[in-house]
Amino acid sequence: MKNRYNSAVVLSLIVLVCCAALILGQKVSAAGEGKITGTVKLDGAAPHMRGIDMSKDPYCSKAHATDPAHLETYVTGANGGLANVVLYISDWSGPAQVTTAVPVFNQKNCMYTPHVLAMDVGETFKVETSDQTAHNIHPNPNPMTGNIPWNQSQPPGAPPVEKSWKAPEFIDVKCNIHPWMHGYFAVVKGPYATTDENGSYTINNVAPGSYTVTAWQEAAGTQAQKVTVAAGASATADFTFKAK
Amino acid sequence: MRRTLGMWSLLLGAAAVLALPSASWAQLTTVDIQTRIGAESHIGNITGHAKDAALPYRRYCVGCHGPLGDGNGENAPYMQPPMYQQPRDFQLGIFKCRSTPTGTLPTDQDLFDAITRGFDRSNMPQWNTLSKQERADLVAWVKHFSPRWANEKPGTPITIPPEPEVTPERIKAGRDVFARVQCWKCHGVQGMANGPSASTLTDDLGRPIAAFNFTDGSRPKCGDTDQDIYRIFMTGLDGTPMPSFADNIKPDEAWDLVFYLRTFMAQKSREKEIAKGLGLKPVDPNAPVAQQ
Repeated sequence: MKNRYNSAVVLSLIVLVCCAALILGQKVSAAGEGKITGTVKLDGAAPHMRGIDMSKDPYCSKAHATDPAHLETYVTGANGGLANVVLYISDWSGPAQVTTAVPVFNQKNCMYTPHVLAMDVGETFKVETSDQTAHNIHPNPNPMTGNIPWNQSQPPGAPPVEKSWKAPEFIDVKCNIHPWMHGYFAVVKGPYATTDENGSYTINNVAPGSYTVTAWQEAAGTQAQKVTVAAGASATADFTFKAK
Repeated sequence: MRRTLGMWSLLLGAAAVLALPSASWAQLTTVDIQTRIGAESHIGNITGHAKDAALPYRRYCVGCHGPLGDGNGENAPYMQPPMYQQPRDFQLGIFKCRSTPTGTLPTDQDLFDAITRGFDRSNMPQWNTLSKQERADLVAWVKHFSPRWANEKPGTPITIPPEPEVTPERIKAGRDVFARVQCWKCHGVQGMANGPSASTLTDDLGRPIAAFNFTDGSRPKCGDTDQDIYRIFMTGLDGTPMPSFADNIKPDEAWDLVFYLRTFMAQKSREKEIAKGLGLKPVDPNAPVAQQ
């Protein structure tokens, strides 16, 4: 009889140890995740970005009285760094990206901040307005992908809109009230990053392995590179775009 | 020489026509559409069947809506936006007149009502001469063009509270809503479709589109009852620049706005009389929001 109890205790201990090993093992692999960093540059001089005439809405033109607004098709910084390029792993088959911060798309001074908002498939994002003039937020995806267009008003003081997208797609966003307002929701699968004003980026939380990193620029198109990420290490992928 | 020139210009012309960008996302084939021929609609106690609508569609609808339901019927090129909007692309499954929130499918009843009512200021007539069964069958037929109905359910219709009585206070409150959410940006301070943004409006396919002019006697495209007007701005007209205001106008305020919008309209109404008595002035877009 006692023997039986003993074996039960031993068995449950074994189960416990196995569980612990499993959990710890997962943690170990999380700590072993690497990252992909790099810089995206524009080859040659940046194309001239046309100024925007906001005179049809005095609120908007006043907001840009000292700092004229320009189109944001190509935004370059120091040393030809190209901003607003979305980097993602186009052959990602792992789980959805776990992000701590909700991506926010803000309507500020009658422009979109950021101009390009990257997000994972199914990830919740927010649309806010900081302006004292009415906007409407009108993404125009291809309904055949499973992403369905919608159109919501954002008068001054409107509560944020929270949404998500079902399928990977680079979605045009516009405001019908201010036709110059134009941005993108870049919906991708898995980890992603967007270049800052110097063209640099870091994709975090990438499990060790070989991947294809793809860079998407709204006008110049896409480029891809193979990289291998080692456990806990940082892989590099630099890109150079030519303005079209 | 002359002959070759003629041939060249003919060829060039043909090439130009072929190169015209298609104003549509969809590229469904007859084979793909045919897989959904079992589509049904439910209108009250009537069940509509897509398979029974093939003949009426060919007889009444195909000329504008096209054999693939993409709105490229042989009459479509003669409808010139912004005066006349071209027919819907049924393959996209995106509809203006819905009782459901923006970004969701309309109900069968919404489609049935659209066919029955037709669209003012467009080439779509009323089809109330067709029997209810025929119209229900056509609703199922419209649905079978789009894969959306196979993957999604229609949205939940918005709740419209009972209509309150029209009072001067409500009309004044409606004017405040009109100023706060800035309907005038497109519709103009007097509802004449001459707001600062009216001239640059385009629909989802990039075609010019006009804001609704409340004052010229025409009826709103999605119906002209008070409930219809309530529904139009609370659900938005998908595919057009008209957004949904559901997050920014409370149900009770929405009735105030309906009453205020009535004061613009050419048709006689109690709202118009009250507004005349009040001596209401149009909102002033240049004043701070609180003093408009």
